[in-house]
Amino acid sequence: MVHQFKNNGLNIVLDVNSGKVFVPDDMTYRIIGLYENKTTDEIKNELSSEYPAEEIEEGIKEVSELKEKGVLFSEDTFMPVAEAFMERRKPVIKALCLHIAHDCNLACKYCFAEEGEYHGKRELMPAEVGKRALDLLVESSGDRKNLEVDFFGGEPLMNWNAVKEIVLYGREIEKKNNKRFRFTLTTNGILLNKEIASFLNEEMSNVVLSIDGRKEVNDNARPFRNGMGSYDIILPKFLELAEERNQENYYVRGTFTRWNKDFSRDVLHLADLGFKQISVEPVVSEEDRDYSIREEDLPEIFDQYDLLAKEMLKRNREGKGFNFFHFMIDMSGGPCIYKRLTGCGSGYEYLAVTPTGDLYPCHQFVGNREFLLGDVYKGIVRPDIIKEFSDCNIYKKPKCRDCFAKFYCSGGCAANAYMEHKDIYDTYDIGCALMKKRIECAIMLKAAMAEDGGKLS
Amino acid sequence: MKHIKEIETKDLKKSAEKGGCGECQTSCVGNQTC
Repeated sequence: MVHQFKNNGLNIVLDVNSGKVFVPDDMTYRIIGLYENKTTDEIKNELSSEYPAEEIEEGIKEVSELKEKGVLFSEDTFMPVAEAFMERRKPVIKALCLHIAHDCNLACKYCFAEEGEYHGKRELMPAEVGKRALDLLVESSGDRKNLEVDFFGGEPLMNWNAVKEIVLYGREIEKKNNKRFRFTLTTNGILLNKEIASFLNEEMSNVVLSIDGRKEVNDNARPFRNGMGSYDIILPKFLELAEERNQENYYVRGTFTRWNKDFSRDVLHLADLGFKQISVEPVVSEEDRDYSIREEDLPEIFDQYDLLAKEMLKRNREGKGFNFFHFMIDMSGGPCIYKRLTGCGSGYEYLAVTPTGDLYPCHQFVGNREFLLGDVYKGIVRPDIIKEFSDCNIYKKPKCRDCFAKFYCSGGCAANAYMEHKDIYDTYDIGCALMKKRIECAIMLKAAMAEDGGKLS
Repeated sequence: MKHIKEIETKDLKKSAEKGGCGECQTSCVGNQTC
């Protein structure tokens, strides 16, 4: 399967099944488009009025050589590989999302957690529940060495002492169990102070700092319950933390909605402030909200992604580059095919833990008791749900099988698919369209940087 | 090649031989590194 697209003046060809990316000239781009459905003579006839015969011959020869090498028009041979892998792998849990606080000091209008409560009551996780969750993770992780624990909410800093206690417990048990914990935390920054920042910088492999971009955009979407905006309080703290972390291992992370479809301006605003690690992501919600992204919005959003990609390239050439989470792509060192087939591992490798210790497939399923898997004391009591999630891969999703993005997207988000179709084996259609556009922009950026003689991978 | 430039990429078919260790970060896939 081959995917061809033009972006920012470049002709780009992705051979989906080998993972190869090519940048052909205009003539050869057209030859590739014709190659599988026309004879050599038909291709020559079709292009003969525009290109010299000798050049067309050369182009066809190069395409033929690549096909013979198995890197163009290559077949998908991974389905039996996937099935064999699924059968032989041992079930392990390697990551937990600890809902350390089902409470929040902001009232963000688009929050899927409903001001942190997740369709339930306001509560904080006792440190003992968190410690038991870490024990369960160690017990259930088999021979995996790298384990991950994310502190999530609500607002995690509303339960800061428990965060510290759980992290220190993790450090205590990791060595004797030959494990390595990678702790991460997401915060809205309201309670961030120097003491907390110091601990985060010492212990957290990554921190996510929630801010939506321009002041008016942020303060409209992320107010306190009394309506007051949060931008002026959080911005100086986030700038300081980003510098303390040497502009690495953090993201300033925003959400864009129908209210700010010109979101590239929010990304560039954050870049202009000095942030180097930026993610501004589309809201995911049912279509009936006034802030929801709808199908009719897609052309405008695609234009914004194109505009942003061009501006990023320009800034990169000027030595003022920054990372945009959804345009980052590791072409040469990315994950193996098994990871690409299966995606995030939600519901079997990665679970969410509520403040009382209940287990769910991921943070977005929390509160939906149909997906309650068990708890940190009894363990898993619904292996049928675990199996439903672990069996899920791109070959089990009809919409993914013939999609060019399948090895970069891995079938998308189960929670989003469930939100839209009540079926984790389906896909969230608007999310798919946005993902495909972002992958095209990401590959274009890599190709353009290669043209510049810059980094390829 | 005169008409086609190639970008360096991971060989997905080879990764089927050596991959599957499971030590990579949990993703929420395109931009991570093995």
